[in-house]
Amino acid sequence: MTRYFLSRLAGILGVLIAVSMITFFLMKIVPGGPFDIMGVQANKNIPDFIKENLEIKYGLDKPIPVQYLIFMKNAVKLDFGYSFYYQGQTILEIFQNQWPYSIQLGLLTMGFSIVVGIGLGIGAAMHQGKWPDHLGTGVALFCLAMPSFVFALLLQLVFAIKLGWFPTGGWDSPENWVLPVIANSLGPVLILQRFTRSSMLDSLRSNYVRTARAKGVPERRVTFVHIFKNSLTPILTVGGPMLAGLIVGSFFIESIFRIPGIGQFWVTAIQNRDYPLIMATTLVWTIIISITYLITDLLYALVDPRVTFMKEK
Amino acid sequence: MEDTLLQTIDLVKSFPVRRGFFGQYHFRLVAVDHVSFSLKTGETLGLVGESGCGKSTLGLTIMRLYEPTSGTVKFDGIDWTALGEDELRKKRRMMQMIFQDPLASLDPRMTVEEVILEPMEIFGVNKSADRVNEVRRILEITGMPSDSVFRFPNEFSGGQQQRIGIARALALQPKMLICDEPVSALDVSVQAQILNLLRDLQEKFNLSYIFISHNIAVTAFMSRRIGVMYLGNLVEIGPSQEIINSPAHPYTKALINAVPEPEPKRKKATRTLSGDVPSPIDRPPGCPFNPRCYLMQDRCKEENPLSREISSDHFVSCHFA
Repeated sequence: MTRYFLSRLAGILGVLIAVSMITFFLMKIVPGGPFDIMGVQANKNIPDFIKENLEIKYGLDKPIPVQYLIFMKNAVKLDFGYSFYYQGQTILEIFQNQWPYSIQLGLLTMGFSIVVGIGLGIGAAMHQGKWPDHLGTGVALFCLAMPSFVFALLLQLVFAIKLGWFPTGGWDSPENWVLPVIANSLGPVLILQRFTRSSMLDSLRSNYVRTARAKGVPERRVTFVHIFKNSLTPILTVGGPMLAGLIVGSFFIESIFRIPGIGQFWVTAIQNRDYPLIMATTLVWTIIISITYLITDLLYALVDPRVTFMKEK
Repeated sequence: MEDTLLQTIDLVKSFPVRRGFFGQYHFRLVAVDHVSFSLKTGETLGLVGESGCGKSTLGLTIMRLYEPTSGTVKFDGIDWTALGEDELRKKRRMMQMIFQDPLASLDPRMTVEEVILEPMEIFGVNKSADRVNEVRRILEITGMPSDSVFRFPNEFSGGQQQRIGIARALALQPKMLICDEPVSALDVSVQAQILNLLRDLQEKFNLSYIFISHNIAVTAFMSRRIGVMYLGNLVEIGPSQEIINSPAHPYTKALINAVPEPEPKRKKATRTLSGDVPSPIDRPPGCPFNPRCYLMQDRCKEENPLSREISSDHFVSCHFA
């Protein structure tokens, strides 16, 4: 078990090095630099000698492999330097200030989606072909067809403006959270509902479920102990990466509801050629994805006793 | 000892079937067709027949894991088919089932102890303090090693998995076990061990068995009486020795003829069946066996033979037997 864990950590380290290298060189190959973008946005040409001075100041005059090594040396100490675009802010500060909002939004969305998505999935599987099944399919279809930014605007229009139940935006108090969380949960609800339903239907037809009924196990216990617990593996498989996707924030939802999350930074970093921010966001994303996959794999063993991490002797 | 424990009267189980691209054609698949028999305490009734003849469906319908379409099951003096869902669940402990595929029938997430403990807890069998010991005692009776309690079903061999299945059924102290092909998934060497175990347990706990199998030799070894099923009908039922030595129904004769002979040089009159079992959706009129029967006359195409007693306790559904 410890061995397995250590070898997985070593694997994550390898992935990080590979990802950082590829991203770094690709980023440099793409035409245009951070100061060109600033010039364009300020609508004036930055004279070449100023640009050269800036590049020397930020170390962009050195050969690319050397730049990479310098970057990595600092990155290990979590020092990603200053943002090229958001002047006066270090990358670390941006993450510290903005990311907690996105994490909170992501976790709330995950919780809401688990309750709604898995609940609808269980209901649909246990009453196949009856109204709970149609309700679940209807909700899932709605989630599939409705773009989240349109849904977000609709929610604002109806519940914030017409009815006045919730504020249109912000993140100060729990009542601010309701609309963004619902708008953000379309995709997760869809995926969880479908996977729960199909996975439950698989277990439902198993012989051991018949055995449980023959033993006289009450129907509620059959549903949750014998069917649901045996359906968890596929749900876990989609749920892990889903959580990773949620806690890095959402560009649309955060913009529409004026949540000071980190979502927009992921998107704008590339347009702005904000090299340190591009690298930091990529590496953070890599780490989050790797760790959620690791946790998911470890949870398999918890969910299914047949999974073992020992080597066959 | 000789009292009737179980009686089925005209038991029918049919399934609605939809065919065609839009499911526009409705049929009824009759899997169990007016089956009547009785079973005494401590007795074994064997049920034989080829695949798809409805013997497993009959077992599941008696258990009420399938709801009977019509007919009555009387069990232990009560009308089993009239019980409501909750009452049925409470009475379930009296009638337990052993399934064909032992591994698939055990919840893969539960240890052996949990599998056996669960029904005891639900029904409050034994005092809670004694249950853990009771689990070990039952496992010992069924011939499982004592260290098996904390292991998972997939860690055992097929024979041991079936022993776990038997232990699980015994945990509720049932009066009757329905054994649905309990050995057909196992190696021949292991089959004999499980069959002997079942016979020992029967003697020890005065259990009644319905023993379902496609193998007439195994069934004869296990049972005092044998019922032969064909296309959902019980075509012949009688004492095992009589069925084996002087089968009356042409189908039973063919089944017994098909048993492999251990002495290859010995000649035997071969009368193999031609054709396949007709689809239970599209049943032939008259006697269900008529398309494959060598005794077939015009009467068989029109009239389904009623069951009649040709000798003591030996019933046959054939016009010419």
